[in-house]
Amino acid sequence: MAFIDYYSVLGVSKTATTEDIKKAYRKLARQYHPDLNPNDKQAHSRFQQINEANEVLSDPEKRKKYDQYGKDWQHAEQFEKAGQSSTGGFGQGGQGFGGQAWSGDFSGAMNEEGFSEFFESLFGRTGSRSKRNVKFRGEDYNAELHLNLVDAFTTHQQTLTVNGKNIRITIPAGVQNGQVIRLKGHGGPGVNGGQNGDLYITFIILDHAHFKRMGDDLYTTVELDLYTALLGGEVTLDTLSGKIKLKVQPETQSGSKTRLKDKGFPMYKKENEKGDLYVTFNVKIPTHLTEQQKELFRELQKLSS
Amino acid sequence: MEKGDLIRAEEFCNHYHVEYGFISELHSSGLIEITTIEETGYIPQSQLPELEKLTRLRYDLDINLEGIEAIAHLLNRNKSLQETIHGLEEKLKLYETLYGV
Repeated sequence: MAFIDYYSVLGVSKTATTEDIKKAYRKLARQYHPDLNPNDKQAHSRFQQINEANEVLSDPEKRKKYDQYGKDWQHAEQFEKAGQSSTGGFGQGGQGFGGQAWSGDFSGAMNEEGFSEFFESLFGRTGSRSKRNVKFRGEDYNAELHLNLVDAFTTHQQTLTVNGKNIRITIPAGVQNGQVIRLKGHGGPGVNGGQNGDLYITFIILDHAHFKRMGDDLYTTVELDLYTALLGGEVTLDTLSGKIKLKVQPETQSGSKTRLKDKGFPMYKKENEKGDLYVTFNVKIPTHLTEQQKELFRELQKLSS
Repeated sequence: MEKGDLIRAEEFCNHYHVEYGFISELHSSGLIEITTIEETGYIPQSQLPELEKLTRLRYDLDINLEGIEAIAHLLNRNKSLQETIHGLEEKLKLYETLYGV
């Protein structure tokens, strides 16, 4: 856990006035606020840093303590005790910044209120915002839920564990890759009675070996033997909702496509509505021909030329 | 829309400590919907996340209505661009698979 230079976080000098700090905070908060940077984890973390720096520097008492102990923040408590028991202990000038440059390091863990361990050590868990008693909304959480294509095909329930709590959610059929749902109040806890943040779940739909999905339509490839492709017939096709029989027209070309209406993916929150299934035929040329087969093909060749 | 999907605008204002004038202005600017039933304003539940976001912009960041309008417009544009990129990525992935590129 490293010392954090709150002044450099806000980009102000150590002699900055309260007004300078307020201005710098507002400017940076507008730049990095999570609402203005959706799904940007870096901006989110920067916003927490800015908030923390403002929390300390905008409060005269916290700022004084922070300025007084500087890099010796780890011993702040001992210094305070010493200061109380003897006169002339640690004065204002004794352990200040002295013009040293420290680099802010927020890489350490943040507590559930979004404050660093450094902050907690210096001001304690209850040190945050208690003086002003301002309510702050909890942090929004972002999570990814990976589903395979078959799961996303039907409405089903899943239980998620968020911060030790089990949440049962219903996932409607047809959920799209990248779609985000919000679970209100399942984010970080609010501060000073502020409301909890929300949990945003992004669905990641995994690829399927035989089906590709685009919107509500599905795409697949069916292999046809040469004779069925030439003379027509029927093939059985495995779809996500079961087997279907597919009629093959005579003289079907390799690479040609057919559309099966309403055999695609269910439309999100539209009961009984589905996209289409596009089937591409891939004609397989027979191998290991017998001499007799070769002869018959030669006959065919002669007839065609 | 059923009344069960609506939240009384005044209730929202009390809960979030915002003035009714603020959401009324958002409504006038076309940023949120307000449904009026028997002279009482209601907010559709589906609008809540957007309204909460706009409230945070106003009260946490001290952005005025004109600024909020501009931001809302840019965020929508950004969202639509993200969706276009996402759609194109999906399409590209499909073609790459189908044609073995």
